[in-house]
Amino acid sequence: MENLTPRLKVVTENDVTVVELTDRKILDEMSIAQIGEALSAIVAEADGIRLVLDFISVVHMSSSALSMLITLNKRVRQSGGRLVLCNISPPIHEAFTITRLNEVFEIRVGRDEAAAEAAS
Amino acid sequence: MIEKSIPTDLTAARRLTEEILGRAEAVGYGEDDRFAIRLALEEALINAIRHGNKFDHARKVTVSADIGAKRTTITVCDEGAGFDPAAVPDPTVDENLEKPCGRGIMLMRAYMDEVSYNTRGNEVRMAKRRCSGLPRPAGQH
Repeated sequence: MENLTPRLKVVTENDVTVVELTDRKILDEMSIAQIGEALSAIVAEADGIRLVLDFISVVHMSSSALSMLITLNKRVRQSGGRLVLCNISPPIHEAFTITRLNEVFEIRVGRDEAAAEAAS
Repeated sequence: MIEKSIPTDLTAARRLTEEILGRAEAVGYGEDDRFAIRLALEEALINAIRHGNKFDHARKVTVSADIGAKRTTITVCDEGAGFDPAAVPDPTVDENLEKPCGRGIMLMRAYMDEVSYNTRGNEVRMAKRRCSGLPRPAGQH
């Protein structure tokens, strides 16, 4: 089943929800707030959600986007779920490393690997 | 040299960012350099609009960008009271790792070669050499 919402492409397979962020740049406050709200709604739909966030289209992110992800990660964990990130470009991954957020988030290279990790 | 005074407005900030990045691309800056400049400029503009001018449309953000063949220098000045950058908590210490704030200045410092503030703390000046590569992780500077 595939559902298209603004800025997100959502697919659920084998109890894992995969959300592809479709914006190339996640920079401004308005966009980040919209994406954050949409992701929170997905997390609120099911306790213990197994969630993969796919960054394959994303080439730029701001610190506000990182903040939104931290809040999302907490929500997922509080609901007993698991969040795994994947397809993060090297420059964006560098931003995770600089801020030590690579130690906070589970990050996998590709979508299949991330989905397997989220399901485990 | 690009010198502009823009309203406290995210759309105006985005337009100016694109103009500066377009100039950098025209001068020959590569993807890594442009990624770094964009990230630092976005963070500086967001800080000026949100924390400096507090979204007050009566206030302006003044930006100057000198994009040379070997080096880019950008200054972003707001009309707020200013702040002490040394007082911003380090987001990479264990107790702050999961706090959703405080990473903008750290990213600016990591991606640019030089970042400094005026005494009042309402103006940031950033410089980057062309082709100086991706930044090093925290603790390796």
